[in-house]
Amino acid sequence: MRRDRRPHALAWWLWGIGLATAALRTTNPILLVGLGTIALAVGWACRSAAPWGHSVGVFLRLGLIVIALRVLLQLIFGERLPGHVLFTLPSVPLPSWAAGVSIGGPATVEAILTALVGGLRLAVVLVAFGTVNAVASPRELLRSLPAMLHEVAVAITVGFCFVPEVMNAMARVREARRLRGRPTSGLAGWRGTAVPVLEDALERSGQLAASMGARGFGRAGAPRAPWIRRAGWACSVGGVLGVVVGAYGILAGGRSVPLPGVLCVMGAVLLWAGLAAGHRRSVRTRYRPQPFGLRSWATALSGWLAVASFAIVTALGSHAIVWTPYPLAWPSVPVIALLGIILAAVPIVLVDQSTPTVRRQAKARREQVSA
Amino acid sequence: MISFEDVSFRYSGSSPWVVRHLDLVIDEGELVVVVGPTGSGKSTVLAMINGLVPHLTGGQIAGEILVGEQSTLTTVPSELASLVGYVGQDPQAGFVTDRVEDEIAYAMENLGIEAVAMRRRVEDALDLLNLHDLRDQPLTTLSGGQQQRVAIAAVLAASPALLVLDEPTSALDPGAAEEVLHALTRLVHDLGMTVVLAEHRLERVLPFADRVVSLSNEGEVTVGRPAEIMASSPLAPPIVELGRLAGWNPLPISVRDARRSAPELIEKLRAHVPAPPVHDESVRRASLRRVDVEFGALRALDEVSVELHEASVTALMGRNGSGKSTLLSLLAGSRKPTRGSVEVGGREPVHLSPDDRIRLVGYVPQEPGDLLYAQSVTEECSTADAEHGLAPGTTAAVVRELAALDDTSLHPHDLSEGQRLSLVLGIVLAPRPNILLLDEPTRGLDYEAKRRLVAMLRALRDDGITIVLATHDVELVASVADRALVLAQGELIADGDAREVVSQTPAFAPQVAKVLQPLRFLTVDEVRAAL
Repeated sequence: MRRDRRPHALAWWLWGIGLATAALRTTNPILLVGLGTIALAVGWACRSAAPWGHSVGVFLRLGLIVIALRVLLQLIFGERLPGHVLFTLPSVPLPSWAAGVSIGGPATVEAILTALVGGLRLAVVLVAFGTVNAVASPRELLRSLPAMLHEVAVAITVGFCFVPEVMNAMARVREARRLRGRPTSGLAGWRGTAVPVLEDALERSGQLAASMGARGFGRAGAPRAPWIRRAGWACSVGGVLGVVVGAYGILAGGRSVPLPGVLCVMGAVLLWAGLAAGHRRSVRTRYRPQPFGLRSWATALSGWLAVASFAIVTALGSHAIVWTPYPLAWPSVPVIALLGIILAAVPIVLVDQSTPTVRRQAKARREQVSA
Repeated sequence: MISFEDVSFRYSGSSPWVVRHLDLVIDEGELVVVVGPTGSGKSTVLAMINGLVPHLTGGQIAGEILVGEQSTLTTVPSELASLVGYVGQDPQAGFVTDRVEDEIAYAMENLGIEAVAMRRRVEDALDLLNLHDLRDQPLTTLSGGQQQRVAIAAVLAASPALLVLDEPTSALDPGAAEEVLHALTRLVHDLGMTVVLAEHRLERVLPFADRVVSLSNEGEVTVGRPAEIMASSPLAPPIVELGRLAGWNPLPISVRDARRSAPELIEKLRAHVPAPPVHDESVRRASLRRVDVEFGALRALDEVSVELHEASVTALMGRNGSGKSTLLSLLAGSRKPTRGSVEVGGREPVHLSPDDRIRLVGYVPQEPGDLLYAQSVTEECSTADAEHGLAPGTTAAVVRELAALDDTSLHPHDLSEGQRLSLVLGIVLAPRPNILLLDEPTRGLDYEAKRRLVAMLRALRDDGITIVLATHDVELVASVADRALVLAQGELIADGDAREVVSQTPAFAPQVAKVLQPLRFLTVDEVRAAL
């Protein structure tokens, strides 16, 4: 068994979901900026040397675009919130049934701030997602899915490879046709590109299926008894319901976390049991499975400390977690919440950067670039 | 180990038989090469060994196939995975994961081999195929030879008793092909594995073969030692043809065998060494001047200067990724150089209008099928006429000159590789360009199709056309090229008379040149003319 030098991919995803949940439960801009900074810092410090290690930057840019877009839309179409008017855009009168929507009109500081905070929340969620992608590849997560989801995981993995392949084939065919002076646009061009690309794609699928079959994919396990399968089906449906209702409860920003939280966990357990019962007994084993050790537990939990700290602050009777621009005042920053956010950076200390794999990967990359 | 008893197969009740009454026995611990012209059913026979035919493809099958004790007609491929390892034509298309190590472990995971044993076997497979330094690499960054070795390691890790490979070296440069074949012989000699492979490039695989299975289009099967089969096979590598011509007995299969019988022939030929051909370099058709091409940090071409003349055939050689295709794309006008200038017919090819370009440069891509999309050969030709603004029937006439396509109502997909190449060549040549660029034209062609291609290219050159081919096929270069350029990491390391260049480098030397060293003969035809 390997020592867990890096937190498990699943731990990273739990960490990211925790951070995103915290971001969706607060409207305090200072706390949001704190969450975003921590996510960026972790992403920068722990990102892998592989190609997907660049995703933090991509998602940060996406986040900034979302903020800008949100403010812009608010200025043009948003609800006219009362308050301190900054400037006035020319407005178009709309019929009364279009309440809540307007075009142009006075832009208030309050309205802009509300949009800014809304954009910021989404941006933090995006950055958290980018960080998780940069530190743990989605394929690593798929690899660690339970055996009963193996077929699904393989389908998704194959999809990951397939899309770039089709894009390559498309570029190749278009280039060849362009050089021939054959049309690359319009109906004839579309047909001329699609036919060879699809033929190519079909051919490749056939070869992939042959290669997977020849290497033992889809060996049949023994089916379960019918009553177990029926029970499994019921468990799955109940589990999905539990998870959906629970998640809604948490994200809708209600006062209490415990009840929806419990519902969510119970739903997940039920779903797990249901899938396990419905699945054929599998003969598969796993090569070098990543252990879910202490580091992984610490990583997963640290992501949820912020959510917990917000709940504590609210339970203590403070309203600092939910901030509105009425009255227009500097948001107060509860120490407990700040502490919870800072602790989400714990994984930086947990990742053993000296793992041979990380170093080798970095070296291989450097050589590749210099070649 | 493997036995076929009266096996017949066709894809559907109405289509022609692909395999007819095949009887075949393959013993344990042999390296068996399956040879035969295109359409003789080589790939089908290989895929039958692990049950991909008929379980994956469907179709109608009769007879009985036994591998070990199991019948592949009743056992599905996934259940045979621990017995038969199968590697398809394009290893990259068969990859399921993204890392070398995971790819090797994939089959064992499916077989449910326990973790400790799995770990050890992955290490063994990495050792056997010399992949240790690559274990963490993403599969997409590997070269063709490395990918082929990973694909072999990936089936080997499940410790099958039998390895089946469909054209394992066709897409590889000579160095990479050697790499793969040496790995295979090691498996046969050190582990006693049975290896069955199909290959068009006999000159590469024959020296390693213990036995040859020869399939003909008429459905005849002969099995025997390489020298026995080659004595009468219509498909033969140059060394065998040389042996037949000189009347050597036993027939040589490897360069070493042939060298032993060669001294007498060398003495006889000494006085008849073909005179170095005189190239007429008066009319310049295209030129590259100090051209650099950079992709980010990667330099694909580094200060390359070349001039191309009328009525010449120039071969571009070099490892995979050495810049051959990039150079072609500059001449074809699909890419601009980072520095330096490119000139075709006195103009910059990137700035040509499509109409002018097709009248100046004809380009046949690596996958000729990329240009085809109509439902029949006839329709393909008439659309080409319309798109190129030619009189109706022009393209069809050119295609007819190049290849005897009896049935022009066929779907282009149903043509053989050689016929499809002729069709695309016809479409490309119909607007009468005076420069013709071909990227790896001999991929998937058997000797007969290759011979036709050589004749076609010679005729085109004699008509004054400037031909440039990027290729790994040294035998093609030997038989048709006047001039050879060798690229290495984007630099032009050799440029000169094809005869000189090809006979100087062992990796690029054709078989006849290796045998008749130090005389500069490249092909059997030259020897025949001299005798």
